[in-house]
Amino acid sequence: MKKTNTLSKSIFKGILILIIAASFYSCSEKDSKTLSMSGDEASKVYIEPGKYDEFYYFMSGGFSGQMSVYGIPSGRMLKVIPVFSVNPENGWGYTEESKPMLNTSYGFIPWDDAHHSELSQTDGVPDGRWVFINGNNTPRIARIDLKTFKTTEIIEIPNSSGNHSSPFTTPNTDYVVAGTRFSIPVENRDVPITSYKEEFKGALSFIKVDKTTGRMNIDYQIITPPYDYDLSHSGKGPSDGWFFFTCYNSEEANSLLEVNASQKDKDFILAINYKKVDEIVKGGAGKEMSTKYAHNIWNDETHSATSTMINTVKTLLPEDIKGAAYYIPCPKSPHGADVDPTGEYITAGGKLSTVIPVFAFSKITKAIAENKTDGEAGGIPILNYEACLSGEVKDPGLGPLHTEFDGKGFAYTSSFISSEVVKWNIETKQVVDRIPVYYSIGHLSIPGGDSKKPWGKYLIALNKMTKDRYLPTGPELTQSAQLIDISGDKMRILLDFPTIGEPHYAQGIPAELVTKDQIRIYKIEDNKNPHAIKSILDARVERNGSVVHVYFAATRSHFTPDNIEGVKLGDTVYFHMTNLEQDWDIPHGFAVMGNNNSEMLVMPGETCTLKWVPSRVGIMPMYCTDFCSALHQEMQGYIRVSAQGSDVPIKFSLGDEKKE
Amino acid sequence: MKKISRILIVVFSLALIGVFFVPIWDISLQAPQYPEGLGMKIWINKMSGDLDIINGLNHYIGMKTIHPESIKELTVMPYVIGFFIAAGIFVSVLNKPKFLLVWIVLFVIAGTVGLYDFYLWEYDYGHNLDPTAAIKVEGMNYQPPLIGSKNLLNFKAVSMPDIGSYIFFLTGLIFIYVYINEKKFFKKSL
Repeated sequence: MKKTNTLSKSIFKGILILIIAASFYSCSEKDSKTLSMSGDEASKVYIEPGKYDEFYYFMSGGFSGQMSVYGIPSGRMLKVIPVFSVNPENGWGYTEESKPMLNTSYGFIPWDDAHHSELSQTDGVPDGRWVFINGNNTPRIARIDLKTFKTTEIIEIPNSSGNHSSPFTTPNTDYVVAGTRFSIPVENRDVPITSYKEEFKGALSFIKVDKTTGRMNIDYQIITPPYDYDLSHSGKGPSDGWFFFTCYNSEEANSLLEVNASQKDKDFILAINYKKVDEIVKGGAGKEMSTKYAHNIWNDETHSATSTMINTVKTLLPEDIKGAAYYIPCPKSPHGADVDPTGEYITAGGKLSTVIPVFAFSKITKAIAENKTDGEAGGIPILNYEACLSGEVKDPGLGPLHTEFDGKGFAYTSSFISSEVVKWNIETKQVVDRIPVYYSIGHLSIPGGDSKKPWGKYLIALNKMTKDRYLPTGPELTQSAQLIDISGDKMRILLDFPTIGEPHYAQGIPAELVTKDQIRIYKIEDNKNPHAIKSILDARVERNGSVVHVYFAATRSHFTPDNIEGVKLGDTVYFHMTNLEQDWDIPHGFAVMGNNNSEMLVMPGETCTLKWVPSRVGIMPMYCTDFCSALHQEMQGYIRVSAQGSDVPIKFSLGDEKKE
Repeated sequence: MKKISRILIVVFSLALIGVFFVPIWDISLQAPQYPEGLGMKIWINKMSGDLDIINGLNHYIGMKTIHPESIKELTVMPYVIGFFIAAGIFVSVLNKPKFLLVWIVLFVIAGTVGLYDFYLWEYDYGHNLDPTAAIKVEGMNYQPPLIGSKNLLNFKAVSMPDIGSYIFFLTGLIFIYVYINEKKFFKKSL
């Protein structure tokens, strides 16, 4: 009896322990999804209908090749700006006018992998004029004009491959840079891959930006040892005039990099005194190398792009720029190269490192002056690690990647492996707060967080995985951004929202800096597109051999003309549509049945051209695709396609008026 | 007339020059789709504002397009104003309240005729609609109000005098005031 009693007691105890354990488990489960929620988060991100967000956020669209624009704090997506990828939604890359924007030395490429958005700066602070973004796969940098939110320039980067440490800018947007992530032979040629150490080189390109037009031109390329240049940032304040590039694979491996490029304890930050390089270049140094790269420019008045092929680039070797380039050892496989708002501290998250090194610019210059070097690499001196170091941040989480600053003396580092954001004091190097993010954060972003004056109110975690965060959508899930309030001592998650593509990086800016110069329509009197018509009286259809040009107008709610005859099989038809509206938010769209092409969306005052090669005889309807008015549905017309060699004359009309 | 009367007459005659530089009437159209506002301003010699957009919208209801160059009033009005400026100065020189009265009567007539003409113009635009218009609402006309507001389908049309009209009005009032003052002066001195 006694025995059973003890047994039942111990069974009871066991069950009790299980229940307690289970309740702990379920608590921690719950906590992981609602962690740090204190109740008033919703009101902090709620923007009343009709009211504006405080910040614009420009997010890289990752493998979508585009850039997305969000309002923060609400997390509402406002627009996807087509950049490197075709966009049938509005005709980017499909209209005759926009095709040249996607031209490269390899010909037309409909896609790229967009990585880092970078706002132009004046005096080290984002100014809201342009936002740059890099194409990683076929190296390019694009410039988006924030007056129109349109990609207005794309420049290809020769001798580069995997344009990753790009397009970071200098405090007055004198330069944007492009460091190669994959070293390749310079100039590229047929060599064995195993000749990597001898034949491959890492090119760092300095692209001059015109102060008023924003026009980019490659000023020079520095040809360095074949490391993988990952990220970069310019100096500011005391370090103004310098650029800092992180690199991994100082092992110079060409295969199984995940092992072979992870052997050394330290890789490097390459510090380049580009103002000194400028002087050296002005002194006549450098070699013009023959190459080939495309420079594509959009013109807002002709509403069309031109693509120019450039055949030469100035290159500099380490021996040309002696005293202007130094390697700083940096633990291990560093990613972000980040400079604090004062310009004194340079930090680099080593993906495989257990500490975050913080270098002091004053110590770097001292080490250079006192020649504290530990050998050299490819002709570039390697400075002594300790001599440059201000301190190390201990226990920064696993896989520290990227750091931004709040302007209040704190740095925030994303830790990919431990999936958290770690806040630390720049002076003391002490970790003061940490917050988990969901899941696997890459970059993070604070508005102005890489500038002289961060607007340190919010931080956005840009996460690679979402798993159970949203309603599932099959095997392919969205990636996400998480909004974190950093206005207080403790970080608080306020919101998370899905993103397009992979949000590698993002930059934010107070909205009024962007809205002040934005335009609402294109003025029709400024339209210099050679195919534009300024009045419906100029609408016409012209045959030139087997090419038919349709010069037509769109106004609410009809096309002028809307009946077209005389098109024959074997013809190529160009629809040159001018939207004659001068009213805000009245685009007209255009599509033709059976066209092996996209639609086009034409803004008020703009002219766009869509190509059509009819493939069968018959009546092909055309219509407006953008709901423009109460009679949008009536905004339609017909094109008669006749057999090859038929004698149907060109004829066009609107209503009862016929013209031949 | 008193010196101050003559000065006031000259000053306010010249004040009429001002109406060459400011609009005299303002018609604004309010609708949910136009948070940024939509409207037109009438000057003595031109029209400004969102005429093209208004014309574009009006075609749905079959309203004639507004072409300032075909509106005769805009050619005539500057001469009329010019006349009143010159006549005012003349009244001051002639120095007789009798002529001041004539000026006032003519001015009031001109103002009334002007408003009536404006009404007719609005009536014509609001009623003479294209019978093939896409949107036809039984019994509906689109005449904007002379002064005040009126709902025209999705738009609320608000028609109000603008600065130029206030200059007219003030000038008229001053002239009348001067005249009354002069009459009193005469009575006293008699």
